[in-house]
Amino acid sequence: MTHSGGIVKPKTKRSKRFLQSREPKLIEGLKTSMIIKGGNTSETVSQALKDVYALKKPNAVLYKKKNMVRPFEDSTALEFFSKKTDCSLFLFGSHNKKRPNNLVFGRMFDFHVLDMFELGIEKFVSLRDVKKDKCPEGTKPLLVFAGELFETDREHQRLRNLLTDFFCGPRVSAVRLAGLEHVLHFTAVEGKIYMRSYKVLLKKSGCRTPRIELENMGPSFDFVMRRSHMASDDLYKTAHRQPKGVKPKKKKNISHDTFGTKFGRLHMQKQNLDKLQTRKMKGLKKRRGEDTAETPAAKAPRTDE
Amino acid sequence: MASCSIEDVLAKAERDEAEKRKGITVNKDLDLEFDPGHLLAFDKNRIDNRELKDIKREDFLHSLARDNTQLLINEIWKLPTERIEEVIVAKLPDPTTLLPRQKPAPKPKPPTKWEQFAKLKGIQKKKKTNLVWDEVHKEWRRRWGYKRAKDDTKEWLIEVPENADPNENQFAKRNKAKKERVARNEYNRLKNIARAQKIKVPGMGLAPTPQQSKAELAQAVNIAKISTASVGKFQDNLPKEKTPKNTGKKRKFQPLIGDFSSEKQKQLDLLKVMDSKKPRLNVTKAVNKQMREEDMESRQKNKKGFGKKGRKGNMSAEAGYKSPGGDDREEGAFLALRCEAQAHSSPNLLAPEDLVQAL
Repeated sequence: MTHSGGIVKPKTKRSKRFLQSREPKLIEGLKTSMIIKGGNTSETVSQALKDVYALKKPNAVLYKKKNMVRPFEDSTALEFFSKKTDCSLFLFGSHNKKRPNNLVFGRMFDFHVLDMFELGIEKFVSLRDVKKDKCPEGTKPLLVFAGELFETDREHQRLRNLLTDFFCGPRVSAVRLAGLEHVLHFTAVEGKIYMRSYKVLLKKSGCRTPRIELENMGPSFDFVMRRSHMASDDLYKTAHRQPKGVKPKKKKNISHDTFGTKFGRLHMQKQNLDKLQTRKMKGLKKRRGEDTAETPAAKAPRTDE
Repeated sequence: MASCSIEDVLAKAERDEAEKRKGITVNKDLDLEFDPGHLLAFDKNRIDNRELKDIKREDFLHSLARDNTQLLINEIWKLPTERIEEVIVAKLPDPTTLLPRQKPAPKPKPPTKWEQFAKLKGIQKKKKTNLVWDEVHKEWRRRWGYKRAKDDTKEWLIEVPENADPNENQFAKRNKAKKERVARNEYNRLKNIARAQKIKVPGMGLAPTPQQSKAELAQAVNIAKISTASVGKFQDNLPKEKTPKNTGKKRKFQPLIGDFSSEKQKQLDLLKVMDSKKPRLNVTKAVNKQMREEDMESRQKNKKGFGKKGRKGNMSAEAGYKSPGGDDREEGAFLALRCEAQAHSSPNLLAPEDLVQAL
C-alpha cells in the first residue's frame, strides 16, 4: 500500500485513515506488541504468553497458531508479521530440550529487528494461580528496576531499556493519583532476573503522601539470561534520532530567577554619550548672532534644570 | 525562659513531623534514580545474595518492592497537581529515559508543481463550501464528485454549435474530453510523485503500476527485446529464457497463385461440406466446453473467497457436468446464440475445427 508510494490512492475515507495511522509520524504514539508462539510450546510458555497479553491488553496482538520461526537465525518472518500488524515490539515463546521455556523479548525499528533478548523461565506463577484482586486492564504500571547489574553491565542496560519500552504503556501527560495501582518490579542478581507484579494499596499516613502496602497480584517470573542480539551503536543512534519539529525551540536571552522573576537581555551597540538624543528645548537653542558674553549667562539656567 | 520554650516548641514540631513521616520514609544507601515521565524508578543498591535463598526470597523481594515503590510514590506526590472534574491529577514531566522510535522520522515532501507555482504567484487557498445550489435540480449538490452540481457529461440536451460538424456526436465528444482530463490529471499526479522520489518517469506508454502480472512483465521484456535497430534479431536469450514462438503473423493466407491441385481439392471439400445435411456444430461438445469454462471461472472465484464454499461449488459443477446439453438450461439457448454468432463472424469455416464433426 504505502510501499507503492502514493501511486495507489485509497478509495474510501476509512482506508485513507488506516494508511495515515500507519505512516511515520513526528511524535510517535504507543507501541503495540505481538505475542507469538513457536513450533513447540509447553504449558508454562503458553500460559506465560497469555499472562503477558493480559498485562498489555489493548495494545497487544496474541497469535493463537504455532509458527515455526527461529528469531535468532532468521527474523524475516517476524518482520513480515510486524509489517502486517504494524507492531514494533514482539514476544516469542518456544520450548525445546536445549532451551526449555524460552521467551524472546524484542523490538523493531523500521520493521527490522533492533534488539532481542532470550530469557528462560525457571519459575512461573500465573495470574490464575494467585487468587487475589486484580487491577483493571490498561492501567499504566509503575516500573521499578533493582540491582546494580542494570547499571554496570551493557547487556543488562539494554535489557532494562527494552523492558521499559515493553511494559511502559502509552505516554501520558498527567496521571490520576488514585489510579496508580499496578507496579512491576524487576530485580537483577547474577544473571537472573526476578519479575514480580504487585497491586498497590495506598494507606493513610500522617501526611499527604500515602503509605504503600503491596499485594502480590499478577504473574511472577524467574528469568535466566540466555542469548541476546543487540543493535549496533550507529543503528541504535539512528533509531533515537528525533525529527526537527519535536524539540521545542529555546527562547534565547530569557532567564528565570529562583524567585520566579523573568529576566530578559538586550544587546545594544556602543553609544556616544556626548551625542545622545535627549529632550529638545527650543528656547535654549544656541543662536548664531549671540555674543560669547551671553553664553555663560545662558549656561547657568541650563545647569539649574 | 521564653527562648527555651520556643526551642522546645520547634523541637516538638520536628518530632511530630518525623512521626508523621515515619510511615513513608525509607532508608537506602544510595538514592534511587527517578523518571516520573515513565513512572520509572531505578535502585542501584547492592543486593545481598544470601537474602535470595529459596525460603526468604519472596518476602525479601516483597519488602524491597515495597520500599522502592514507596520512594517512587513519594517522588510522584511531589509533582504539581491539578483538579480536573473532581479528580486530582498529577502533571508528569517529559520522560528522561530515551526510547528508540518505531519508524524513522518522516521527511518533508517537496512541493508539487502547482504548489510551487502558487507560492511564486502568491495564490492563497480559498475555503469553499462543500455543497452548491443546483438550479436545474433545485437541490443542494456536491461541488465535485458523484452527482455533482454542474456535470456537463450528464446533460440530456446539447446544442450543436454553428462551426461544428453536424454528424459529430457531441455527447461522445464531452465524454472523451472528460476521459482525457482524468488521464492527464493522473499522469501529472504520478509525475509529481516521481519528482518527489526522484525517479525518472517514462514519457508515454509504460506508466509505473504497483503490481505487474507475469504476462505484463513478459510483454515488457519482449517489447524491450525487439526495440533495437534490427528488431531484436541479434539479441541473445538469457540463460533460461525461451524465445516465444508465436510472434509474427497470426493468420496465414495461401498465396494467390500457388499449388493448383491443393486449391482444387480445398474447393471441392468446401462444396461437400456445404452439401451435407449434418450440422457443422456439435452441440454437446459446445455445451461441455462452455460448462468447463464456467467451472474454471467459478473455481477461481471461490479460491479467492472461502475454501469450503469452493468445494461446494465444485461438487455442484461436477453434478451438473454429468448431464450434457440435453437440459433446458439457459446455457443451452445462450450457447446456440453464441455458436451462431461464431458461425456468422468467422468467414473461414475451417476455424472451429474441434467442433466440426468428422466428415
